[in-house]
Amino acid sequence: MSDPKIDGFELKPGFRGMASDTGSDQTMFKGVHWGKAMMWIFLLSDTFVFSCFLIAYMKGRGSTPVEWPNPSEVFALEAFGVPVPLLLIALMTFVLITSSGTMALAVKYGYEKNRKMCGWLVLATAIGGLTFVGMQAYEWSKLIHEGVRPWENPFGAAQFGSFFFMITGFHGTHVSIGVIFLFIYAYKVFAGHYENGGKRGWFTTMKGDYVEIEILGLYWHFVDLVWVFIFAFFYLW
Amino acid sequence: MSDEYENKSGYQAQSSEALTGSAGSTPDMDYVRPAELPEQDLYHGHTFLTKWVFCQDAKVIGVQYFLTAVFTGIVGLILSWLMRLQLGFPGLAGFITAEHYYQFVTMHGMIMVVYFLTALFLGGFGNYLIPLMVGARDMVFPYVNMLSFWMFFVAVAVLMASFFVPGGPTGAGWTLYPPQTILEGTPGSGMGILLMLVSLALFVIGFTMGGLNYMITVLQARTRGMTLMRMPLTVWGIFTATVLAMLAFPALLVSAIMMTLDKVIGTSFFMPTILKAGEVLEYGGGSPILFQHLFWFFGHPEVYIVALPAFGIVSDLISVHARKNIFGYRMMVWAIVGIGALSFFVWAHHMYVSGMNPWFGFFFATTTLIIAVPTAMKVYNWILTLWRGNIRINTVMLWCLGFIVTFVNGGITGIFLGNVSVDVPLSDTYFVVAHFHMVMGIAPVMVIMGAVYHWFPLITGRLLNETLGKWHFWATFLGAYSIYFPMHYLGFIGVPRRYYEMYDSPYMTSAVGMNEFISLAAFLVGAAQFILIFNIIKTLKTGKPSPKNPWKANSLEWHTSTQPPEHGNFGERLPVVHRWPYDFSVPGAKDDFIPQTTPPSEVAHTKVEKT
Repeated sequence: MSDPKIDGFELKPGFRGMASDTGSDQTMFKGVHWGKAMMWIFLLSDTFVFSCFLIAYMKGRGSTPVEWPNPSEVFALEAFGVPVPLLLIALMTFVLITSSGTMALAVKYGYEKNRKMCGWLVLATAIGGLTFVGMQAYEWSKLIHEGVRPWENPFGAAQFGSFFFMITGFHGTHVSIGVIFLFIYAYKVFAGHYENGGKRGWFTTMKGDYVEIEILGLYWHFVDLVWVFIFAFFYLW
Repeated sequence: MSDEYENKSGYQAQSSEALTGSAGSTPDMDYVRPAELPEQDLYHGHTFLTKWVFCQDAKVIGVQYFLTAVFTGIVGLILSWLMRLQLGFPGLAGFITAEHYYQFVTMHGMIMVVYFLTALFLGGFGNYLIPLMVGARDMVFPYVNMLSFWMFFVAVAVLMASFFVPGGPTGAGWTLYPPQTILEGTPGSGMGILLMLVSLALFVIGFTMGGLNYMITVLQARTRGMTLMRMPLTVWGIFTATVLAMLAFPALLVSAIMMTLDKVIGTSFFMPTILKAGEVLEYGGGSPILFQHLFWFFGHPEVYIVALPAFGIVSDLISVHARKNIFGYRMMVWAIVGIGALSFFVWAHHMYVSGMNPWFGFFFATTTLIIAVPTAMKVYNWILTLWRGNIRINTVMLWCLGFIVTFVNGGITGIFLGNVSVDVPLSDTYFVVAHFHMVMGIAPVMVIMGAVYHWFPLITGRLLNETLGKWHFWATFLGAYSIYFPMHYLGFIGVPRRYYEMYDSPYMTSAVGMNEFISLAAFLVGAAQFILIFNIIKTLKTGKPSPKNPWKANSLEWHTSTQPPEHGNFGERLPVVHRWPYDFSVPGAKDDFIPQTTPPSEVAHTKVEKT
């Protein structure tokens, strides 16, 4: 999609092009599907949600009088009898980032109208996301088993558990919603809802198109990006 | 299913002329870029349920939003009556206990700001006017739009349910400051606050669905020839307010989630170590100031979410009813955008007394005062629009004039309060109450009233009664000033707000009569609003049918195929826009207005603005 010509638009490059698009009639983002523009703006709003959570976390961590637990001890995992710091998190992050790769490939094959490849790759992304959620459930149950609760924990400040469960829980909810939609869209791709002019969806009156895979991909990449920040703030700080 | 999508009016059949943009006989000066997108598929409901209840037509959704918001507004109005009854005549109504009083204050505030004004401007006017004014068939995602209203409806239902739970609604003040909000002893600290937080979260989710619609419709679904700088200022105001809401509501959502967790499972996000009757509570280590920052990062943009649509609408009303183009259109647009951007950098001026670093207060005082610049530009432009205009003193214009003076009044007291050294002594007095009621209560409500009188013929096809309208205006205008002018004085002599009763405090000895007067005025102003309701009912039954485009306006909503517009808005062909909506009294033109759809070749010999 690097070619600036989108279905008959002669788009000028650079700032001049942006100014002329902004000054023109009908659309601001030439050739951009309504749903795609909507997803970008939704993600901007969602960015503010996660930013508020993370800024609240920084403020909470900074203002609590009790010492903050050491993340490399709390999040260590025993492998072959040796505690390895951040082992599980490294695996989770690897799986999630890999699923972003399969998602990007799915978008590519979708635009090439390669129904089978696109469908398999969306399914692979869904399975990657499911694995992530599974590992997060394991991490949560391990911490709960060790006595970490939202209101208290044996390692230090009570706010550690509060912020950890709230923010990873909110992110995990995003991933879970993504996984559900990935399964639905894998089915829709295999069933050919985006072929031959497209079939009307159940949530919209618009006809289906492979652009929907890209829109779903935007959401999925966003969820991955947010995870990178959560990873940095919770596990590395 | 398939027949519901059948194309009854042949929308899709655009002629080849529409697609190529120029036909043989049309001169080149009328050229407009061809359509970029195919026509929107619309879902036409057939049953009562799909036509009027779960309707996907933005106009019906707009009216649904409007009526629901007005219902909550009436609840808020009744609560204000009860508050004034207690304040003016303490003890007269024995059933108003101190707990009840705080609950009334809280619910009145939250209802009026969020569920009445925000929903009415963005959900009501936004839904009805955006697609019509930008020349779209409907919002871009009609189904999501329908869900948005029903989510709002559920949020209102949850909010109203809090009146009927044990302990009643929350009485923590509309700012819901922790830690007292969720501690025992505050009215409604049980189910009441929980329902409030759930309701706010639902409102944010519902609004996000609507807001995405408003933004994408403005950005990506305008008709041919409709550039951003040819949009009516109403659309600019609602659009910018929507952008603010999309970025400000996240902070409210986050603070609601965190406070719910503090309340329900005993986390301590906002809860410091607390001693209660000599006993240390379970809470500890949290930061109440964090809540204040999150709340006001939402709360200040919220003021402009209410004000910017009002600015936009009033600009259009003044221009139409003064038969003159809006003075400095581009300046008006940039002022709206600039105010919107600045509104994210002023939030801590609500927190000068929270013990913040003085330099922090200095920064926020500076940004706050800078907002006065674009705001003053707007006021000057409204006045210059009126200057030497062909002003029609009808009900709509009266409301607009009322808005300008009220807004200037409230704005000037805002400059007082924006300065730290003046704010600290005036903080939490009736001066603050008077200020924000003038600037974001009365002023936007005046615009709403003007807009109702202006667009009522479009929505129903009948003109509201002018005599009743003028009575309504003067009762409201004079009454509102009788309420809020004396309140400034009460603030200066130091009467604190949110007090249930002043008893025999020396503050009040000189102001007992004034307090009674304010209460009497409040009863009157509230009652005067029923003139409008009576007017609407009377008009719907026996009112004068309106001619098409009764105000001779230029914008697209008055140039639809039918009035009121049908589903799909513009009949067979979408309009093609050639100019801005403010070509009034153009020298050389045969009428005193040139609709946006008039091609340049028809007005070639006039001194029309190039837009």
